[in-house]
Amino acid sequence: MATTLYLLRRLLQAVVVIFIVTVVVFCLLHSLPGGPARGILGAQATPQQLAQFNREQGLDKPLVVQYVIYLGQLLRGDLGVSYTYNQSVAQLIVQRLPKTLVLTILQAVVALVIAIPLGMWQAARRNRPIDYVITTVSFVAYSAPAFFLGLILIIVFSQTIRLFPSTAPGGDTLASVFAQPQALVLPVVTGAAAMVAVFSRYMRSSTLENLGEDYVRTARAGGASGTGILVRHVFRNSLTSVVAMLGYYVPVLFGGSLVVEQLFNYPGMGLLFWNAAQSSDYPVLLGCVLIISVATVVGTLLADVLQTIIDPRVKAGRA
Amino acid sequence: MSAVIQNTGIPADVAGATGARLAIRRFLANRIAVVGLVVVILFILFCFVGPFVHPTDQLHTALSSANRAPSGAHPLGTDATGHDELGRLMYGGKVSLLVGLAAGLLATVIGTLWGAVAGYAGGWVDTVMMRVVDAGIAIPALFILLVISAISTPSLSGLILILGLVSWLVPSRLIRAETLSLKNRDYVLTLRAIGGGHGRAITRHVLPNSVSTIVVAATFQVADAILLVAYVSYLGLGVQAPATDWGGMLSAGLTAAYSGRWWLILPPGLAVILVVCAFNAIGDGLRDVFDVKGR
Repeated sequence: MATTLYLLRRLLQAVVVIFIVTVVVFCLLHSLPGGPARGILGAQATPQQLAQFNREQGLDKPLVVQYVIYLGQLLRGDLGVSYTYNQSVAQLIVQRLPKTLVLTILQAVVALVIAIPLGMWQAARRNRPIDYVITTVSFVAYSAPAFFLGLILIIVFSQTIRLFPSTAPGGDTLASVFAQPQALVLPVVTGAAAMVAVFSRYMRSSTLENLGEDYVRTARAGGASGTGILVRHVFRNSLTSVVAMLGYYVPVLFGGSLVVEQLFNYPGMGLLFWNAAQSSDYPVLLGCVLIISVATVVGTLLADVLQTIIDPRVKAGRA
Repeated sequence: MSAVIQNTGIPADVAGATGARLAIRRFLANRIAVVGLVVVILFILFCFVGPFVHPTDQLHTALSSANRAPSGAHPLGTDATGHDELGRLMYGGKVSLLVGLAAGLLATVIGTLWGAVAGYAGGWVDTVMMRVVDAGIAIPALFILLVISAISTPSLSGLILILGLVSWLVPSRLIRAETLSLKNRDYVLTLRAIGGGHGRAITRHVLPNSVSTIVVAATFQVADAILLVAYVSYLGLGVQAPATDWGGMLSAGLTAAYSGRWWLILPPGLAVILVVCAFNAIGDGLRDVFDVKGR
């Protein structure tokens, strides 16, 4: 019962947040040079065309009324028409979003599979040379701009030793992304590097904290081995906080997709957005901002739901 | 800090001296943090004093001496417009460091005020203010920055303002949590009971007692901002030529890097990494000194 209430409250929060996001995007739409009419009709439109468009679209009405109209369009799935692709923005996003989701999920899975054992291992070897070495590498991975890291990876692995291609798989369908799995290696590594750094650091300190708890001493007194305690007790206890952290990390992953997709020419939302910025395709830009933000809110919400499933303390409302 | 000291009844100068000495000793014991501090000082010297030791012309193009490999006269070679790359590293570093520092501090100030007011007010004011923060976090900063770059090209101060406005959200959450734990302390309640206003409670008690959280948040914020400045130049929103920064040097050197001219991208790339690492290390050290949770 408490769980249902908590989830309902969390869902309501997410709806409120999405509502605020639509207000922000609406404000951006109205801060475009020449207003939304100029943004939608393009730079070549004449003043007469602009005035006619404003009348037809209700853009001469008060802002609040316009916002209600805008919300209505959103609810019908109408995000406008791209003037470089001559396609509806919704259609473009439906094609591209799954590819970005595949890439970010791959990055997250690879990062966690590396970071969780790495952090625990560091905690077990704390303050020894190897711990310092990994900590230093983590700092560097976190501090390197993704485009610089990706560039170095391309020069080393694609140009010098020709192991992986520097361009991600193209094609319109989702299946084409997997047609050439080796082409996914560099984009996934570039996007995952900083995340490995963040989560291994987090896992290291979380493990250290848990190792000081009473239950570890009890288990040790009961004769459990060091590795057994790490895997059976500490891992399970740290996992909940890692999942919570994952919720905070979703925006970073989506933000990073912009740079990774542009660098490797991966045909997802990030590349769509990048190209739209180069051609000032405002309907696409604002549609992408809106959808990527909604995706972020949903991703964060899913992480929270997952946390309530695996952590009984959250269910009881004590954490 | 003064509020704590007043309430303990220990003379401020005595408590301050031992506290400060203890804090410095704890910071110096963290070797990584000390290395970070040294790296930051070296980079400040490099960027601001370096041009007097190695004077170069960074304003005029000199196509006759463009695209040179490293040599005695140009230790890091020259770029496509003939600028000496070592001198450019200093020149661009000034912009990266100044914009990063200013934007990081601005973000901390906005976040601190927002978080303190939200946490102190509580109730629906808090709820509304924190949902705004959630919404801000949901919109990836790089996406907003690219939309802005499509609309206009800001001036240097405009750039600092934009960077500050997209990155105050995390500190606001930290300061809000701190305020929640401080607002019901006796000294705040006492101030309220003797007729002190809410503003006074925030500026006299809540903020001074959050100073350690704020300082740690600011250090990490500066690290993030320097990284963000590099991204922003890569996205085409950075300072305009002939001015540049490390991110601008990186994106200008991209094509050259593919043809093996490493000296155009490795130095600015490593400079960004080193400085951001250094600020993060200092932040880690300060967090240990102040024993602050979060991040």
